[in-house]
Formats: sequence, structure tokens, C-alpha cells
Amino acid sequence: MNQEIVLGVYVFIMAIFVGFEVISRVPSVLHTPLMSGTNFIHGIVIVGAITVLGFADDGFTRAIGFVAMVLASANVVGGWFVTDRMLEMFKRRPEERK
Amino acid sequence: MISDPDVVGLLYLVSIVCFILALRFLSSPKHARKGNWVGGAGMVVAIATTLALDGISNWGLIVAGGLIGSIVGVVGARTVKMTAMPQMVALFNGVGGGAAALVALAEFHVSSGDLAGEEIVSIVLSALIGSISFAGSMIAFAKLQELLSGRPIVYAGQNILNIAVLLGAAALGIALIAGVDEQWVLVGLIVLALVFGVMFVLPIGGADMPVVISLLNAFTGLAASATGFVLNSLLLIVAGMLVGASGTLLTLLMAKAMNRSVANVLFGAFGQVKTGTAAARVDDGRTARATSAEDVAVQLSFARKVVVVPGYGLAVAQAQHDVRQLAELLEEKGIEVAYAIHPVAGRMPGHMNVLLAEANVPYDQLKEMDEINPEFPQTDVALVIGANDVVNPAARSDPASPIYGMPILDVDKAISVVVMKRSMAPGFAGIDNDLFLEPQTTMLFGNAKDSIVKLIAAVKAS
Repeated sequence: MNQEIVLGVYVFIMAIFVGFEVISRVPSVLHTPLMSGTNFIHGIVIVGAITVLGFADDGFTRAIGFVAMVLASANVVGGWFVTDRMLEMFKRRPEERK
Repeated sequence: MISDPDVVGLLYLVSIVCFILALRFLSSPKHARKGNWVGGAGMVVAIATTLALDGISNWGLIVAGGLIGSIVGVVGARTVKMTAMPQMVALFNGVGGGAAALVALAEFHVSSGDLAGEEIVSIVLSALIGSISFAGSMIAFAKLQELLSGRPIVYAGQNILNIAVLLGAAALGIALIAGVDEQWVLVGLIVLALVFGVMFVLPIGGADMPVVISLLNAFTGLAASATGFVLNSLLLIVAGMLVGASGTLLTLLMAKAMNRSVANVLFGAFGQVKTGTAAARVDDGRTARATSAEDVAVQLSFARKVVVVPGYGLAVAQAQHDVRQLAELLEEKGIEVAYAIHPVAGRMPGHMNVLLAEANVPYDQLKEMDEINPEFPQTDVALVIGANDVVNPAARSDPASPIYGMPILDVDKAISVVVMKRSMAPGFAGIDNDLFLEPQTTMLFGNAKDSIVKLIAAVKAS
């Protein structure tokens, strides 16, 4: 194994702990936005899609990369907007109510 | 253009910090929306940095693909109904998993034989998990959208066949890792993984969807993380694992709230578990008492504290707005109103909260199970609307009951209980509910929406 992979595994394990730590503080009221929010975050594969498509120099890779790009950007954009729409609905008690 | 890998690495670190902060902000509804913006900023940094890498070409395809995906995403996100949120989440989950699998395939194609051992392992994992997540999510979507029957689809030898397909995919994966450098082997692996994804979600019933969606969410996160190992990208590794952790936690939480192991949900095909237990009930001559909207209105008017217990039946009847109106009416009379939300109320984790928030119920009235349970003994009226198994006291008292041990809302401890229900039919688990026979319980039969509308009129009149 080379050094880069060892570093990757280190970071991977640390991320597990950070993930559990942060997520366990999310109240159940927000579990649906948590799911759509994490959905948005795994849209980060768009970075992979851009890399593949951006460096592609044959038809097959271009085609695969293009489809990946479409899927990943739908994931990113859709995930973000739907999370925002939901979080906007969570409001406190309006002041004017008697 | 950025050519220094250190600069790229640091910019990606900014993205990682943004993502973690976004999740951190989700710890309270007050800051949650701000958090989503922070996460969005992180994504913009990541995408901009990647686009600025030295040597990126095929700009036409990148922009076109990005535009098509974005338009689909925005339109989908803007138009989806809140009741349809589980299938929307399933869909976004699936496309993310699909993208991860395709990136792995493309990397394999480009590398043509010069892959290090750990790279090929990552490619296999990314393709395998990503494909299962894609196909599984599409089936979950179809079931929730009712394109497919929501009931479990089962046949003889199902688990054995599923395992055989998975083993087949694993065998191809091992061949690749062992050094077989043929693209059709990876394509075959993806096809088998897709088949497995379809087959493993088919037998799972609609009410078990909270567990499945959480699990698929974790899968896509892990697939993204595996893609990170393929591309040597710490950003993908961390972001993917954050999602993996979240999905795993929610999966365990949902399974616990349903009193079942994750394995039982996935392989148990619930319909079969319950047979044989239903006969255990002793008929002790007690009968449920029916009531009228007028009587309930009087009961409510004299209450000091009312707790609404909504189940999925409420959402099916689209009665959220009416419930909120009723609650406001009661509050105007000085009555304290809260909502008791069971973790599996709805079709995905936290679904009922979103549905009530959409109906403008303030979030400080939405109480989690652990928070509201000690308050039931001081509750004058508990109003159970379209919920059944999650308020069944047999879960506490009857070790023979299939739901024994499931955490429930202690509605039976309230001073009086009104259950709104279409009929005496048992709930999803097919178990009789003793709550309906308790002396403090009365039943208001009928469609939830009609009943609440009548109730509003009666409360206004009283």
C-alpha cells in the first residue's frame, strides 16, 4: 500500500467518528431534512463526474462521464433545493397569534 | 487555472468544513436553513475548484450535462408534494449512487490495466454499492409512488436467489481484484448488482420504507466514499462517509423504533412474521365505545392540555391543515396543545414533522416520543388521528405480542383518549389494539378529515 491510501484510510476512519458525533445531535424533528441534506452532500460525486468527463479522450468515457454528470448534478441541485424548501417551513410560533 | 495540488487540497478542505458545519447547524430548526446555505457554499467551492483544474476539457459536455441535471433537479425539488418527499429522497439517492458507479466504470476504462491493487478494490466497491443503491432506490421510488404495489412481493426461494445474485457479483469483483483486466467483467458486475438492488427491495413492504430509504442513503454515501479512494480524493472520502454515518444511524434508529432488526426488515417480508400470533388474544367481553363530534368538542373545551397523536392516516387523509386549525381554535380558548410524534410516523424518518411544518404547525409544538411520554398522565385529552400500532399498549405489557418491546407513545396513560379511525380494523401489523377497549377511550369513526372538520364546527359552536 502506498502512503496516499494509508492517509485515505486514516481520514475515512476519522470521518466515521465526526459523522456519528455530528449526526447524533440532530433532533428527530429534522430527520427528513437531514436525509435530504446528506443526499445533497453525497452529490459531491459530481467532482468525480467532472474529473472523468473533463479528462475523457474517447467516446466511451465521454458518454459514461456525460451520464454521470447529468445524474450527479440532478443530485446536487435537487437535493439542495428540496432541503431548503423543507427547512423554510420549520417556523416558530408566529408573534401575532393571540 | 489551478495547477498546484496543495491549493486544490486546501480548497477541498474548505468544502469539507462547510459540509460538517451544515450538518452541525441541523442540530436546531432555528439555524438549520443557514446550515444548508453553508453546505451549498461548500459545494460551489468544490465544483469551481474541480472545473479550474489544469487540463479539463470537453466543456460543452460538462455544461450541457450540468444544465440538464440542474433543470431536472430544480423542477423536481420545486414541484414535489411534501407527502411525496420519501420518493423524492429515494430518487436523488439513486442518481447519486448511479453517478458513483459510472465514475468507477469510466476510471476502469481509462486506466487500461495499470491499476494498483487498492484502486481496483475501490472501483469494485464503488460500482457494486453504487449500482445496488441506484436500482434499489428506483424500486423504492416506484413502490412509494405506487407505480408498483406497495405490498411485499414475495416468492419461494427469494432469499436464496438474492444471495446467489450477490455472490455472482462478488465473484466477478474478486476476479477483477485478482487481476482479470476485462471491461465486460466490470459491466457484468454492475448488471448483477443492479439486479440485486431490484430484488432486495421488491419484497419490502411500504411501511418498512423508512428503514430501506435510510439504508440506501448510507449505501450511496459509502459508494461516494469508495469513489474517493478511486480518485484519491479526500473530499469524496470524507463527504461520502458523513452520509454513510448518517444513513447508518437513521437505519438503526428506524429499525429500533419498529422493534425489528435491520436483517428482519430486509429479509423477513413482514407479512409472514405475524401469522399464528393473532389467535392469542382473549375476548374479555369489553367493547369499544363510539362517540360523536359534539361530545368530543365538549370534552376538548373543558381540557387544559390536549395532545394530538398523528399517524400516517392523517397524511393520507390530507388533514394536516384542519388539525392545525383545530389546534389554534383550542389555543384561543387557553388550552395547551402539543403534537406527539412517533419516530416511524410517516414513510421516512421525521416525515410527519415535515408534513405538520408544512401545515404551519410551529416546530416547538412538535414533541419527540421521549419528551412527550412523561406528559401523558397530565394530558386531559389525547387525540389519536390515524395512528394505531405506535399507541398499542401491548408493546409494553404483552410479551406474546409481535410488537412487544417496540417503543410506543403512552397514550393509554392520558386521562381520556379519543381515537379517530375509519373502523375497528387492525393496523399495519395486524394486531388488535387494547387501547380502543380501555374505559377512558372513546372512538370517533369516519374519515379523519371529515371528523376534524365536524369537530372544528362543534368546538366553534360550544
